[in-house]
Amino acid sequence: MSRLTVPKTYKLYIGGKFPRSESGRTYEVVAADGAFLANAAKASRKDARDAVVAARAAVGGWAGATAYNRGQVIYRIAELLEGRRAQFVDEIASSEGVSVAEASAQVDLAIDVWVWYAGWADKYAQVAGNANPVSGPYFNLSVPEPTGVVAAVAPQGVAGGSLLGLVSVIAPIVVSGNTVVVVADERAPLSAISLSEVLATSDVPGGVINMLTGSPAEIMPWLAAHADVNALDLTGAGSIDGAKGETWVDLQLAAAETLKRVVAPVAGIPRPALERITAFVETKTVWHTKSML
Amino acid sequence: MAFLEYAAAPESASILNLKAQYGLFIDGEFVDGHGDVFDTISPATEEVIASIAQATAGDVDVAVAAARRAYDRVWSRMSGSDRGKYLFRIARLVQERSRELAVAESLDNGKPIRETRDVDVPLVAAWFFYYAGWADKLEHAGLGPNPRALGVAAQVIPWNFPLLMLAWKIAPALAAGNTVVIKPAETTSLTAMLFAEILQQADLPAGVVNIVTGPGSTGQALVTHDDVNKVAFTGSTNVGRMIARQVAGTQKRLTLELGGKAANIVFDDAPMDQAIEGIVNGIFFNQGHVCCAGSRLLVQENVHDEVIDRLKQRLSTLRMGDPLDKNTDIGAINSAAQLERIRTLSDTGESEGAERWTADCRIPDKGFWFAPTIFTKVSAAHAIAREEIFGPVLSVLTFRTPAEAITKANNTPYGLSAGIWTEKGSRMLALVDQLRAGVVWANTFNRFDPASPFGGYKESGYGREGGRHGLAAYLEASGWDAPAALSAASSAPASASASKPARKTRKAVAK
Amino acid sequence: MTITHPLGLQPAERAVRLLGGDLTETALRLHLDGLTGVDAVGLEQRAAGLSTRSIKTSSKAWALDTIIRTCDLTTLEGADTPGKVRSLVAKAITPDASDPTTPSVAAVCVYGDMVPYAVEALGSRHATGGTEGIQVAAVATAFPSGRASLAIKLADTRDAVAAGADEIDMVIDRGAFLSGQYGVVFDQIVAVREACIRPDGSHAHLKVILETGELQTYDNVKRASWLAILAGADFIKTSTGKVSPAATLPVTLLMLEVIRDWHRLTGEKIGMKPAGGIRASKDAVRYLVTVAETVGEEWLTSQLWRFGASSLVNDVLLQRQKMRTGHYSGPDYVTVD
Repeated sequence: MSRLTVPKTYKLYIGGKFPRSESGRTYEVVAADGAFLANAAKASRKDARDAVVAARAAVGGWAGATAYNRGQVIYRIAELLEGRRAQFVDEIASSEGVSVAEASAQVDLAIDVWVWYAGWADKYAQVAGNANPVSGPYFNLSVPEPTGVVAAVAPQGVAGGSLLGLVSVIAPIVVSGNTVVVVADERAPLSAISLSEVLATSDVPGGVINMLTGSPAEIMPWLAAHADVNALDLTGAGSIDGAKGETWVDLQLAAAETLKRVVAPVAGIPRPALERITAFVETKTVWHTKSML
Repeated sequence: MAFLEYAAAPESASILNLKAQYGLFIDGEFVDGHGDVFDTISPATEEVIASIAQATAGDVDVAVAAARRAYDRVWSRMSGSDRGKYLFRIARLVQERSRELAVAESLDNGKPIRETRDVDVPLVAAWFFYYAGWADKLEHAGLGPNPRALGVAAQVIPWNFPLLMLAWKIAPALAAGNTVVIKPAETTSLTAMLFAEILQQADLPAGVVNIVTGPGSTGQALVTHDDVNKVAFTGSTNVGRMIARQVAGTQKRLTLELGGKAANIVFDDAPMDQAIEGIVNGIFFNQGHVCCAGSRLLVQENVHDEVIDRLKQRLSTLRMGDPLDKNTDIGAINSAAQLERIRTLSDTGESEGAERWTADCRIPDKGFWFAPTIFTKVSAAHAIAREEIFGPVLSVLTFRTPAEAITKANNTPYGLSAGIWTEKGSRMLALVDQLRAGVVWANTFNRFDPASPFGGYKESGYGREGGRHGLAAYLEASGWDAPAALSAASSAPASASASKPARKTRKAVAK
Repeated sequence: MTITHPLGLQPAERAVRLLGGDLTETALRLHLDGLTGVDAVGLEQRAAGLSTRSIKTSSKAWALDTIIRTCDLTTLEGADTPGKVRSLVAKAITPDASDPTTPSVAAVCVYGDMVPYAVEALGSRHATGGTEGIQVAAVATAFPSGRASLAIKLADTRDAVAAGADEIDMVIDRGAFLSGQYGVVFDQIVAVREACIRPDGSHAHLKVILETGELQTYDNVKRASWLAILAGADFIKTSTGKVSPAATLPVTLLMLEVIRDWHRLTGEKIGMKPAGGIRASKDAVRYLVTVAETVGEEWLTSQLWRFGASSLVNDVLLQRQKMRTGHYSGPDYVTVD
């Protein structure tokens, strides 16, 4: 006799907690073959607003942590993910309709992406920063620092990418000390929520990574226009098609109102790159007088 | 006699050999524009200096086409070292003609000759010299092994540092291998025209730099032109916002240097006399027409009265008047419109309850003038504490603790620059970490150097000018290679565009 | 039981006023250490900024005459003789024989043993206590090193005053200052000032030489300036001229800022004397600009401002001749002293 399973309730991840959408809405997540998998929370603009508040509150502590510490915390995500490989492989295989081998490969890559970015935490500033030889008696140093709160869209509907795409977007954002509000792959959001559970049990402070499931076309305009968001990562927004025909360009237009930094959509899954880290940093240049007298 | 009323020491304008009319500089030649001509005047006397051509959208088209041709046929094929040599030539020619450029700039802009002579023009030469050396070293710019030029750069610059902003824009663009169409500000086109002569003397290939003069509509035609690959703008946040909208959805790369409302934070342990100088230099340099001006003085409450007292005394030694007089500290406001804006905001300050003090300066009969002004008893809610005045007007606020100083300093949508005055190094460095500003000057203010990146956080814009970062703004990375294993499943480089790069320039303009 | 103040200082009037009646070295140290620091880069930039003033035509003519009028024409050589001093005095009285409109200098500055010859040579032109005429300044206190016992320094001072010196240029004990013994430096200045008092109760003006080239840092110069003023200096002076660097514009600017602050605090005007190394009129004019824009041009009188120089006057005379005649002059047209 087979045991009756206990299915998981998939909720949002905001400020280190797992709320349902304040709107009470959910949507059906189905497998590639159309079978019902779960009801995911359908995040509303108010959920997005709450996520920005949580993300903003987390900036100080996360950006203020030592780079070594951030590196370890991010590496710890990889460790935990490794321990829960089976669950992710299972979810990816069923929701993307890929083989277990392909799903395994994706999880492996996602883990390795975390590890790759974890190592950048205490190095990117050395590569992206500069000692500037100015013509005068000044100490002059340019250092990159996180821009603050980033709103992001994970790649949508990319084969082999529901977890890897998400990780490839959020890891470079948070490694420098930014916090992120990310909208997961709308059709395959399960691994995003499971990743949230990993994050919740890791050392990532609540609010650093906030995960929304639902419609990017519905949620992103609110985030793009939110004055307390510093940057917009439209990596997965290329296919957005709003109710009135809005595209990612409308998001960029909204972002212009407060001059947010914007990263344009990418086809597929973004390759791990230093530029993905530096796209979300500001360069601060410090001058100080220098004299023996 | 009063020694302090130094006898007039005017720099001779006879060094200038100006034409009565200047056309556009396109494809290596001065050509007539198809728009109306307009006069450029001296803001100190309101006298006409020369008439300037106004470029129409059609003229802009011709200029962009020239830049494209020069890019395709000449500049993108030229070796980096040869590009560098042209830039070195330009640097030297600027040095050779520095006095002439300084006089022309003071005449046209209204800023004192001691600033154009000692700051603007030397920095122009330094900028070209610095970036000249980068031209054949792009693989070391931090963007990977084979960074590529972007193509044609559309550049729009402001009137506060006309020639210097031109250098900030053109030098890195050319070093990186781009060609340029640049639009000077409407009220300050003169030195750009002299610079065009320098380009001819340098024998720079035709079309590599094109200069289109005219009002905002000329700039709009330029930044919205379909065939430009890069837009660089320095100016107000409002126009920057508009350009960000116009560029949205296109492949154009964009950098913006916009407004600011910098906090200049003075602690009670500051080197006081130098801090006073820094405050003065921070807000009264270039009549306060500086985006990174230290327009909000945040002074620790226990030294407020002393600082204000000393500041007033110091301001009483500032000399306002003829920009060409070598002893002039404060020149003319650049235009009647700007003067009006400064007056309006200052009146607002007064009506909101701040206390106004104005240095006792004789105001010349003609021209646009505004005497150095300090507002005390300013609160963070006042318009003069929030809006960029872009004039010689200082708003003074107080703080009690370092935490309060940081909170107040960051309490603005801008984030271009900040100043800190303290003898306590550990506090200075901790403050630097907390300030949301792209440039922080500690125990100094308003220092610029081609090796030093400059640019803002938040609504002060994005991208950096100066240094390696400034070069990167004109280059495209060829892509870092992540470990092969990691790239296996990835289908696109980070900078590649989306599958659906909807191009909505028209809609963007309409918004 | 009585409380004693082991570190009690001489009760100099100014210091008592500012620091309180039971003047101690601790109080003095707390005061000096409490002064805000000096940022060298900013100070030097301000000085450089003042140097860019362009002084032309009528302003230049006034400046050149002011340089002469406020000059302490100086000879401080081991080889000095009565003859050399007489020649210096003649130059002081009539700097330019070809132009009777040329003002006389403020003072001649000599070693103490040369004071009688200077007084004699000046004759009726000697100021003798008043402000009209030419003063005789004597360096004292084991100038230039200051390395002698206090008794010797005081005797040195009294000798010069008795011989008719109107002004005493003393040196501070830089060794004591640099080792933090502010009280020693203070007490010596107070004692020397007392030694400046003449039997009739009047006193020779005291210029206190800090020897800024040995103090090295601007923070030291600032502290030493305050210390000298608190102890009773009438003038503070940069240098002996025997140590390089001697006077520089940033150091002078800094000392003027202290003088300005003292004036704001007390209403009292202290004099300033840069000495050594100022040879060109162009440089000297920059000092005048610095005075005018820092403490105000009311300081540009010989009561409050002096140049300690020897060759500067001749360069000023060349400039004066150029302004008068319209053509450049040459060194053979001014006298060697």
